[in-house]
Amino acid sequence: MLKLLWLIPALPMAGFLLLALLGDRFTRRHVAWVGVGSVGAAAMINGLVAVGFVRVLPDVTSYTQTLWTWVETSGMATGIAFHLDALSVVMTLVITGVGFLIHLYSTEYIIDTGKAGVSAPAGPEGDNDEGYRRFFAYMNLFVASMLTLVLADNLLLLYLGWEGVGICSYLLIGFWYREPENGAAAQKAFIVTRIGDTGFAIGLFALFASFKTLSIQQVQTLAAESWPVGSGIAIAVAALLLAGAVGKSAQLPLQVWLPDAMAGPTPVSALIHAATMVTAGVYLIARMHVLFSLAPPVHDAVAVIGVLTLLLAGCSALVQRDIKRVLAYSTISQIGYMFLALGVGAWSAALFHFVTHACFKALLFLAAGAVILSLHHEQNIFRMGGLRRHSPVTFWTFLIGASALAGMPLITAGFYSKDWILWEAWSAPLGGPWLWAGGALGALLTGLYSFRLVFRVFFGDVRTKPHGHPGPAMSIPLIVLALLSLGAGVLELPRTLGDSPLFSQFLSSALPQLEPTVDSLVPSEGVLQLAVTLLSLLGIGLAAAFFLPARGAVEHVANTAWGRALRMFWLEGWGFDRLYEVLAVRPWRRLTRDAEDAIDAWYDGLAESLRRFHVSLSRTQNGNLRWYAATVGLGALVLVGFFAF
Amino acid sequence: MILWSLIVIPLVAAPLAWWAESRSRHAPRWIAIGALALDLVFALLVWSQDRSLLASGDGRWLLESSAAWIPRWGITLHLGLDGLSLVLIVLTAFLGLMAVVSSWTEIQERVGFFHFNLLAVLGGVVGVFLALDLFVFFLFWELMLVPMYLLIALWGHENRRYSSFKFFLFTQAGSLFLLIAIVALAVLHRETAGRLSFDYADLLAMVIAPQTAGWLLLGFFLGFAVKLPAVPFHTWLPDAHTDAPTGGSVILAGLLLKTGAYGLLRFTIPLFPEAAADFAPVAMALGATGILYGAALAFAQTDFKRLVAYSSIAHLGFALLGIFAMTGLALQGAVMQLVAHGISTGALFMLAGALQERLHTRDMRRMGGLWAVVPRMAALTLFFAVASLGLPGLANFIGEFLVLFGSFEGHPVFTVLAATGMVAAAIYALALLQRSFFGRPADERRLPDLSRLAFASLLAMAVVQVWLGWYPSPVLKTTEPAVQLLLRERTQAAFIIPDSSVPAHSSRERQ
Amino acid sequence: MLATHALVLAMLLFGLGLIGLLVRRNVLYMLLSIEVMLNGASLAFIAAGSRWAQPDGQVMFLFILTLAAAEVSVALGIVLQVYYRFRTLDADAFSLMKG
Repeated sequence: MLKLLWLIPALPMAGFLLLALLGDRFTRRHVAWVGVGSVGAAAMINGLVAVGFVRVLPDVTSYTQTLWTWVETSGMATGIAFHLDALSVVMTLVITGVGFLIHLYSTEYIIDTGKAGVSAPAGPEGDNDEGYRRFFAYMNLFVASMLTLVLADNLLLLYLGWEGVGICSYLLIGFWYREPENGAAAQKAFIVTRIGDTGFAIGLFALFASFKTLSIQQVQTLAAESWPVGSGIAIAVAALLLAGAVGKSAQLPLQVWLPDAMAGPTPVSALIHAATMVTAGVYLIARMHVLFSLAPPVHDAVAVIGVLTLLLAGCSALVQRDIKRVLAYSTISQIGYMFLALGVGAWSAALFHFVTHACFKALLFLAAGAVILSLHHEQNIFRMGGLRRHSPVTFWTFLIGASALAGMPLITAGFYSKDWILWEAWSAPLGGPWLWAGGALGALLTGLYSFRLVFRVFFGDVRTKPHGHPGPAMSIPLIVLALLSLGAGVLELPRTLGDSPLFSQFLSSALPQLEPTVDSLVPSEGVLQLAVTLLSLLGIGLAAAFFLPARGAVEHVANTAWGRALRMFWLEGWGFDRLYEVLAVRPWRRLTRDAEDAIDAWYDGLAESLRRFHVSLSRTQNGNLRWYAATVGLGALVLVGFFAF
Repeated sequence: MILWSLIVIPLVAAPLAWWAESRSRHAPRWIAIGALALDLVFALLVWSQDRSLLASGDGRWLLESSAAWIPRWGITLHLGLDGLSLVLIVLTAFLGLMAVVSSWTEIQERVGFFHFNLLAVLGGVVGVFLALDLFVFFLFWELMLVPMYLLIALWGHENRRYSSFKFFLFTQAGSLFLLIAIVALAVLHRETAGRLSFDYADLLAMVIAPQTAGWLLLGFFLGFAVKLPAVPFHTWLPDAHTDAPTGGSVILAGLLLKTGAYGLLRFTIPLFPEAAADFAPVAMALGATGILYGAALAFAQTDFKRLVAYSSIAHLGFALLGIFAMTGLALQGAVMQLVAHGISTGALFMLAGALQERLHTRDMRRMGGLWAVVPRMAALTLFFAVASLGLPGLANFIGEFLVLFGSFEGHPVFTVLAATGMVAAAIYALALLQRSFFGRPADERRLPDLSRLAFASLLAMAVVQVWLGWYPSPVLKTTEPAVQLLLRERTQAAFIIPDSSVPAHSSRERQ
Repeated sequence: MLATHALVLAMLLFGLGLIGLLVRRNVLYMLLSIEVMLNGASLAFIAAGSRWAQPDGQVMFLFILTLAAAEVSVALGIVLQVYYRFRTLDADAFSLMKG
């Protein structure tokens, strides 16, 4: 069954090619069948492969399939080859599973949005079907690229997937291309991530220069053998890879693109900007964990970046007005938790949070999409309210998603994954109380902003009149994801609550597991869990106090001079956009303001001086016969004189 | 024999096409297509036949042909074909076909003479890729020039007189240095071996004093750098491209620029290996500068074709970087970049031409929102724009990345600078898309989308891009022996002259 | 001895002709001056021919004679045309062919 591995990325790719090349003859039904079917088939095959993998597991921990040689010349040998191990099994299952649900949801979502002006007013090709086809073609291409990224056996192929998801993200953010703002957001996303990608690429050059190979396994083995811990080259390479991860995963200081990326259709935000693509950085660090272990300063930096990002983004999420931007900042913040886990060496905990986050964040986005759709594309939460009665499915699923995000104890998956991360943040050898404190404060913020959303949108008075209800294609993914958001926690139960580490046992074949330190300074796991739980609940309680209809307290705080300034500052994402505007965008614009080539001016000058010289010479040719005769005579004399003497 | 036919077919078809205009308006086009298709078939035939020879890699030339011409001056009609020339000749025939197709509707006046010039340029280009006698090489080198000048001057756009003249002056000035260096080499040969010789093999075997080699290298480099074009000799290129007819732009970008890179690979480095090694930092600095300078200016343009023209400068900066990095990977990457750039930029120029035919402007400020109007054109522009920003899975990525992988070990600073060009490439490529196809449409006009012929040919170019991006082995394997030989000769030469100042490179690089 | 005297005379003739050419503005006088210069040159050839007993000098004299005749006929035709157009024979007046 493992032999079917290549089909997993190939099927969505085939779907893309079919839609791109022959799609203009398809009806909407056909497009939907191809688009959803290809990902669904990939998910099923993925299930088969995963079962096959689990069956052989204790003896065989990885499986490599080489399809063909890709670049093989002058000492470089890379293939189009896929590598399956526990880590990539987890990643592919989430990508195809959640991806399939989101594709299914989109069949209905995009139909409605189509009427709101996706595409041209009846171009030569017809009506909105062009947009419908384009959407599913891009989505299929994205899934194929993302699967290539996580299955790649060598870093060059990984980079192919890495850039492939980037371009799909660009295309889908700018899907409604008529609005120039969408185009700007799309470009921003691509260019900011490409800055990180360039660092990543330079890291690859350095790795290749050292080891003459790009195979992920070989590179790590060789690095562990030949680079001492903390050596300069190891630090440099790890830092460069971290740059790539930071860009893709929207972490400090390259997080600025993600909130703007919400310009894309909501299923895109769910799939690309919440569940899968933005966690590629987490995958990269987990995949290259040996390199990070060899570079302690960089490894520490990962944790610090994680904590800072999760706090900054949490504060920003607190004051946003746009429902999708709140979710975007919360995504940044949650990925910050994953970075924190990676930074303390809790690889499996990061992956577990990735899994649960993919479920509940996709759920939140899809539910938000249903809300937005029912409110005629209203995204401002201050014009929402009272939706609880109108659409119970949306309300309950959103509530479940928000609870999971806030880490509602015991019943949600988010609780288990976040709890695990925070426990490791203190107890792991690389962890410490400060990292824990940052994460715990983040948990408070998370509770606050996620329930602010719930109370604003679903409680209180109806401000915009809703219409329509989500159909089955939208409801089924919502319900399935809600169940997953509740139940996925059983995969890994902590020692204090059931002690069933299925997930970490499964991953232990691919990632090293942390041994808990026996340190009297670290409080017991139960105490920490209780503390985090209380903080989360406090956040939810505060949200209820501030934002429930009988509110008032928050207005007082927010309307003081300090409160307003702070709100504006957080609303703009801590001023990073403005900083980059001054540091990068404006100098670039000034540099490229003039379309004239400065070097050409030099050549123009040369031509001009030659022209002047020619003018002055031609003045001697004055048409005067006697002048000519005189010069001829003089010339003859000079010549005679020259030859005589 | 087959070598001569590769050159002669277009050159014979050229007057035929001119004459055929009196018969029918489309006859010259069909003659041109027939001749180029024949050329392509011949070249592919050679490619398919000589697989075994390629694999062994010990014979220097796959095919060689030599005949005396002017023995008194040591000039022979010496042609030779190796993997490098083969790949470039296939590219020539392919892009030549594309150029004919892209002028199908655009050129309506003096159709016969247009195709005469087109075929004459292509004959010259093939000759340049095959000639192994420097005199014959120079002959073909100049043969490319005049018809190209006429193509721009007669069928060009608004500023054609200025641009064609500028093109002619720049390339001719470069050629002057080249000619001086070539003659000097022949004279040097008389001084050491007693007779004049322009033959490649003779000159390769000649030992040149380091100082002389330095000066001669400079002459060769100037001649080829103008054609490449390397910053700061590039300023003819944007003007020439902007005002050239579409077919002319395709040939100019796709092929003429490649002759410069070919000249560096075939003549400059093998003839003066140590001097080239000394000169490498300067050339690589020019390459890296070109990448960044071209990208910044590309972004600044408002004219569609000028933007693409400046992006060419950036792309060929990668080629220059790779050529002078002188490692196997970098050289392979440079060759790949030549092929990939020919296709991606050629296609972008074809699309620019199609847009201009419909909108009667190249000004991107007057475009916008065209996606809905001409979806096929938009999708193809998107494809080739992301190809030119180096998206993995397409040919340009292979070229750029091999160059960077190959250059990093020896020259990390230049490589890092060049790598930042990837960000700049993203900025201008996306700006191109945003300004022309996305955004709100300027007005609600209806425009015809690409014709069947144009669509099919652009699709063929896209297929080649994808093919080379996912499976570049055929090209890499073909050029590998030539590249390895070049590296070997370089290291051997370093032993001949004891006082050479070539720094010792790691043995890994030489394998 | 004779040759030396003849050569001095030839030089004088040539120099006078040149001065005449440069100082006179009337085209006809300028043509006359050219004739004087040609005669100077011819004389030099004859003198040299007789001095070294070579027939070439006389051949050259005949050649110059023919040349002078042809020149005068063409030049006079041009002068006539010029006079019709400009109504003057002042050489400085027809200086339209400037660079």
